[in-house]
Amino acid sequence: MGFSETPADFVDARRQPKSYGDIFFHWLTVFLLVFFAVVMVTPFIWLLSSSLKTQINIFQYPPQLIPNPIVPENYLFAMTYKPFGTYFRNTILVAGLNVTAVVFTSSFCAYGFARMRFPGRDFWFGIVMATLFLPYAVLLVPSFIVFSRLGWVDTFLPLVVPPFFGGGAFNIFLMRQFFRTIPEEIADAARIDGCSEFGVYWRVMLPLSKPALITIGIFTLLFAWNDLIGPVTYLRSPENFTIAVGLASFRSQFDVNWDLQLAASSAVTLPVIVLFFLAQRYFIQGVVMTGLKG
Amino acid sequence: MTVRTADQSAAEGFWLIRQYNRLTLRQRRTLMGYVFIAPFILGFLFWWLGPAAVAGYLTFHKWNFLAAPKFVGMANITKMFGDPILAQSLKVTVIFSAISVPLSLVFAFFLANLINAKFRFIAIFRTIYFLPSIVPAVANAILWAWLFNTEFGLINYVIRAFGGPKIGWLQDPNWVMLAFVILTVWGVGGSMIIFLAGLQGIPQIFYEAAEIDGAGRWQRTLYVTLPMMSPIIFFNLVIGFINSFQIFVSALLITEGGPQRATLFLVLHIWRTAFGSQKMGYASVLSWLLFAILMALSFVVFRYIGSRVYYENPGE
Repeated sequence: MGFSETPADFVDARRQPKSYGDIFFHWLTVFLLVFFAVVMVTPFIWLLSSSLKTQINIFQYPPQLIPNPIVPENYLFAMTYKPFGTYFRNTILVAGLNVTAVVFTSSFCAYGFARMRFPGRDFWFGIVMATLFLPYAVLLVPSFIVFSRLGWVDTFLPLVVPPFFGGGAFNIFLMRQFFRTIPEEIADAARIDGCSEFGVYWRVMLPLSKPALITIGIFTLLFAWNDLIGPVTYLRSPENFTIAVGLASFRSQFDVNWDLQLAASSAVTLPVIVLFFLAQRYFIQGVVMTGLKG
Repeated sequence: MTVRTADQSAAEGFWLIRQYNRLTLRQRRTLMGYVFIAPFILGFLFWWLGPAAVAGYLTFHKWNFLAAPKFVGMANITKMFGDPILAQSLKVTVIFSAISVPLSLVFAFFLANLINAKFRFIAIFRTIYFLPSIVPAVANAILWAWLFNTEFGLINYVIRAFGGPKIGWLQDPNWVMLAFVILTVWGVGGSMIIFLAGLQGIPQIFYEAAEIDGAGRWQRTLYVTLPMMSPIIFFNLVIGFINSFQIFVSALLITEGGPQRATLFLVLHIWRTAFGSQKMGYASVLSWLLFAILMALSFVVFRYIGSRVYYENPGE
């Protein structure tokens, strides 16, 4: 999996000399690849370039592609005007708790669904799948009422407690699919050696599932970093804001200061891109596993 | 149980363990199974059924968060039918879905075919095509609001450079929908990767067989790739519809539902009804409506499109 290229040697070996059609098709593919790469990448370049412009240069027609002068101070101003340090700490707290919750409880539930046989299992797994297709937006308002009754509004609790209960249908599903690829004989060997069912889960399955656990961990981290709808619903005081809410409130305050808004935006985007390059394999694996197996 | 170990004898004192030892193997297995899935069951009760019950109760009540909920019978439900803003919000949501979902699907499929090619630097292209889909939603909204800026945005600059008109992307109700479709299509990386994995999973031998039978490039796509990919196309279609009906953040941040409510998508409307005008009862009814629409949509898609999907290994 990942971005590896499949070996195609034997296909090439029996290739006949290329026809004009093949050559045309080859160059058409190259052209389209480059064309769409430019389309996809241009917004990023435009973001970076605009975020480094002065207030005057940004409102210039025709626009400068390379800013002159380059103003990195925009980043400094944007990041210090609002307490982005606090937002960052809050986001890390929420994300860290979410990742812990998801990694442990979704794998725990998934073990039950993947490896245990008991009446009612398929019924409950059906419910897992139903919640997978039932979007968050439907429950937005009623959940808010429940959490406000519990007195949890303007705390992190509505964002960090629910994941400890199963960790989300998507993650249960993904872990279950992964567990099913691990040979049952390994678990049986552990059982013969006197391992309890919890022991099989904890000492055998979890260590063997590191790639899948890292995948769901990264997805949870990314979600916590990017999510606006949850934090904006529950967090009220600025000292509780996460990065996403902080950026949104920054936008409403600096409505016309595009240089600052874009500097803040690209500063918030950068960690995500770094994370992607560090863990590319797991991103791809996660996306693929949602779509294919099952 | 006739064989007794030292452990079991030591455990005799504990009532719970005694009870457990009395269970048959089958009962123990069931018990352990439920212990493992207990977090999910509890979560389902607390965070799904609980809120659903609240929404059910509020459907028949009027509540602004401050005073006690007041019973209003079917008023919230009948109100729905005479609400021009709701009609507008449904209209724009359906139009957005109807345009963006098929377009994203075709574009993602097309890109997946492009990056399935075997070139030396193909990994770089795959990365570039995927990156837009991980940009944080808020940053994404700010970026696109700036790209679509009428006077200084890059998109209008390119259009004008080719002699086109200056388009009020975010001010003109007729253009704003297209703007939202464009920014959605830019982020198709996720479904593209799913397509790519599907394409790489098609056994090469099918293409060779088709080639020997004289199938050209298009025929191979039409008669091998498409049928083999149909489960994945179907999956992306379902997910695409569910996601498109929930478009929220970009509408909230870029246009705030405007101009002239042209981007007042359903979730944004629910959000405003609940947290703007504090009509929690009516917002609950609208949430049920969203639920019903998504259920009906899934049903139709599964019934009429799902039945045309080809599965290589049915029953897996």
